Amino acid sequence: MQTITTTEWLVIAGGLAAIAWVNWYFFIAGRAQPVAIASGATAGPARVTIVVDGGYSPAQVKVKAGAPVTLLFDRQDDSSCSEEIVLPDFGVRRFLPTGQQTAIEVTPPKPGRYEFMCGMSMLRGAIIAED
Amino acid sequence: MGATVKPSAADHDLAARDTETIRIPVSGMTCAACQSRVQRTLQRHPGVADASVNLMMKTATVTFDRSSVSPESLVEAIRETGYGAELASSDLTAFEEQEARDRAQVEEYRELRRKALVSGIAGVIAMVISMPLMSQLAVHAHGAVADPFMRWAMESLDPAIRAAFPWMYQVPAPAIAWTLMLVTLGVMAWAGRHFYTRAWAAFRHNAADMNTLVAVGTGAAFLYSVLATVAPGFFISRGVTPDVYYEAVIIIIALILVGNMFEARAKNRTSSALRALVHLQPKTARVVRFEQEVDVPVETVEQDEIVIVRPGERIPVDGEIVHGESAVDESMLTGESMPVAKRQGDRVIGGTMNGTGAFRYRATTLGADSMLAQIVRLMRDAQGSRAPIQRLADRISGVFVPIVISLAIATFVGWFVLAEQAPAVRAFAAAVAVLIIACPCAMGLAVPTAVMVATGKGAELGVLIKGGEALQRAGDIGTIVLDKTGTVTEGRPTVTDLIPSAAFASDERSTELLRLVASLEASSEHPLADAIVRYARERGLGLSTPEAFEAVTGRGAQGIVDGSGIVVGSEAMMRDWALDAGTLRETAERLAGDGRTPMYIAANGELAGVIAVADPIKDSSREAIARMHAMGLEVVMLTGDNRRTAEAIARQAGIDRVVAEVLPDGKVAEVKRLQAEGKVVAMVGDGINDAPALAQSDVGMAIGTGTDIAVEAGDVVLMRGDLRSAAHAIALSRRTMRTTKQNLFWAFIYNVVGIPIAAGVLYPAFGLLLSPILASAAMAFSSVSVVTNSLRLRGARIA
Repeated sequence: MQTITTTEWLVIAGGLAAIAWVNWYFFIAGRAQPVAIASGATAGPARVTIVVDGGYSPAQVKVKAGAPVTLLFDRQDDSSCSEEIVLPDFGVRRFLPTGQQTAIEVTPPKPGRYEFMCGMSMLRGAIIAED
Repeated sequence: MGATVKPSAADHDLAARDTETIRIPVSGMTCAACQSRVQRTLQRHPGVADASVNLMMKTATVTFDRSSVSPESLVEAIRETGYGAELASSDLTAFEEQEARDRAQVEEYRELRRKALVSGIAGVIAMVISMPLMSQLAVHAHGAVADPFMRWAMESLDPAIRAAFPWMYQVPAPAIAWTLMLVTLGVMAWAGRHFYTRAWAAFRHNAADMNTLVAVGTGAAFLYSVLATVAPGFFISRGVTPDVYYEAVIIIIALILVGNMFEARAKNRTSSALRALVHLQPKTARVVRFEQEVDVPVETVEQDEIVIVRPGERIPVDGEIVHGESAVDESMLTGESMPVAKRQGDRVIGGTMNGTGAFRYRATTLGADSMLAQIVRLMRDAQGSRAPIQRLADRISGVFVPIVISLAIATFVGWFVLAEQAPAVRAFAAAVAVLIIACPCAMGLAVPTAVMVATGKGAELGVLIKGGEALQRAGDIGTIVLDKTGTVTEGRPTVTDLIPSAAFASDERSTELLRLVASLEASSEHPLADAIVRYARERGLGLSTPEAFEAVTGRGAQGIVDGSGIVVGSEAMMRDWALDAGTLRETAERLAGDGRTPMYIAANGELAGVIAVADPIKDSSREAIARMHAMGLEVVMLTGDNRRTAEAIARQAGIDRVVAEVLPDGKVAEVKRLQAEGKVVAMVGDGINDAPALAQSDVGMAIGTGTDIAVEAGDVVLMRGDLRSAAHAIALSRRTMRTTKQNLFWAFIYNVVGIPIAAGVLYPAFGLLLSPILASAAMAFSSVSVVTNSLRLRGARIA
């Protein structure tokens, strides 16, 4: 085998750096996603609007455990990837029409993290229930 | 009927803005004054452009500005006037949701088809015109064409093209390359646009999906080609062929679009059963209002209103017949193929099809509470649930794309360092192939599509499975526990035998005997007595009122009917009257041995015969149990009856294990005991009395009677009160789990095998390298194959 040239060393280093960046960006940087606190109207359940556009913004919603919360999914993209919203802990799978808000009311029974995702589990978000 | 007010000038502006028109059902209006009051209130409501209220239809049609008024506030305004109003309930929107989804899917399919077709044609043209380019480049540098598919195409097509269009070979290479670049840019910007915009949208959320892979793969290939076109000298000076991949980019986009198109169509079919159910709901109903027959929107029908159904019409809402009779086809809801006879007092279900009769009925459950809405909701929830088997696939989907991108980078580095010849070109082609071949969609679709098709198939068979988890557990069932009464048997005691003694043997005398016994028993409240009375009435016998009646607890009844002294009861009862059962004892014992309950009859101090009552086995039970045995299931029957009766029933039904004399709360303990033996237990029973045992079992199957589904209890609802459905449920679940496992296997294997081949692991040994174009074809068809495999469940022979 030939000796490794400088160019090849550069490619190896560049490749490793690129891999590191990809993993950092998608796995670690993603965790610092914005968190919204569902705000309650004077009466009725707390509401929060989640924009669906290639992902969920905000992707994390803080709510009070044991209290109902209405998630308003506002779908702005037309990718078939995001056409469904699934809340497996609550047995909900709903179709989100593009350009519309779809309200889903759930009540997290106890403190904890309740994930929601697209129909194929690629896009993810979570309800964080606290006391 | 409904007066309409012209919008004012100010409202005209408003109409131009974001307006919406909705129809709100209004209840409680009885006169024109009510109507105008509601209408006036709505018209004065800020943000409302137009409002009209129809008394006959009981609806308010309101056009309003979406940005300043919410539909809820309109409802509130109507309620403040003292009338009832409600927005279309969430389950009517279940119907609308389905329609919205269908529209979106049809639109998606058409768009994909258009784009696939155009980019496919562009791809073929690009391939043809890149032939001269490649042959010119091949002269330039001796490096082989990196894409094996294109190399093959060049070798086989080049001579033909050279013969057909020799002038193309006179065009200078840069001109061809620039033309190709523009065509590719056009295809990417139009047909492939959504891959890039969606990938970018996901990227901003630190997420990556299928679009990311396609976008990065084709994007990189395109940028490389642009560089080779704009600055070929840069490549040549480093000994690299200034290869371009324009045709590959176009063909990859075209193939993935074709795959997506087929996938869209196949996915649409997975919900066909749900769609069929949704479309059962008629839009209008003919009701009697203010002594007139009017056609009204079905959502405005109120409870207790009288609905008219003509021959051959679909029944609009649930209700109870008050006049007329007919036969109704309920197969769409219960899977029962024979029409069901209906007459006064019988319940009818909205969405079923009336036969040749006409009738009027009183509306009972409406809207979200209606049977059809409940079934639709149940099915939708089932399809929203996740089977435990999906968890692994979920976990992998979440990390899949970034890992594939990392692998692609590693592939590039590996080839760049190790390849002897044209390392950059090879490295690049292999990295692109890795990105393109990886398919997270197949894994994401593997379980949900199978669950969707299976729940739909179940509904067609009259079996409602409440979710992926129930489906999965039902596939593992080894023991099935059947409640006797109402499940194995009809649940309704019936006279099975009337054996008169020699003295009453003539038809005339035995009929008279039956009449006297039934007349006596008509005063009794015992369930067995009820069977005898029914039996006599069915034979058209007119019953008399007994002159005297006495019930003897635990033994029978005695009294005087039309001057005759009649005694009906046990042998002990006969002994009290100093009568010897004699020759009839043998008959009675034989009947008891068959699981029937015999009673002696004495008339005027003389033994007159034996009458036997039994809860007969349903016709379907024997067949169903034979099927369960054939499926390798252990069948256990639970009953509160005495051992002898229970065993007789079990023998007739072909059941191998009986647990008799179980107290009502003992059923749970029995199910627990079986589970403690390590068995996966299904319990079949009615949803009310057996609810605790259904809950305890691994899969509770609640038996319905067609008109009353106990949707709350159990994991599976058997719409037809028929044990065969229980066997169908298990057979369907087993079949579905097999499909699911096949899907997951192929989705995993496809990526596990496909990615390394694309990366070139077979190259050192076999010289095998995958072209990005072939990779895109494989990727496009992997998800289609998964969905198609799930769709095969539709044709599975279950019943």
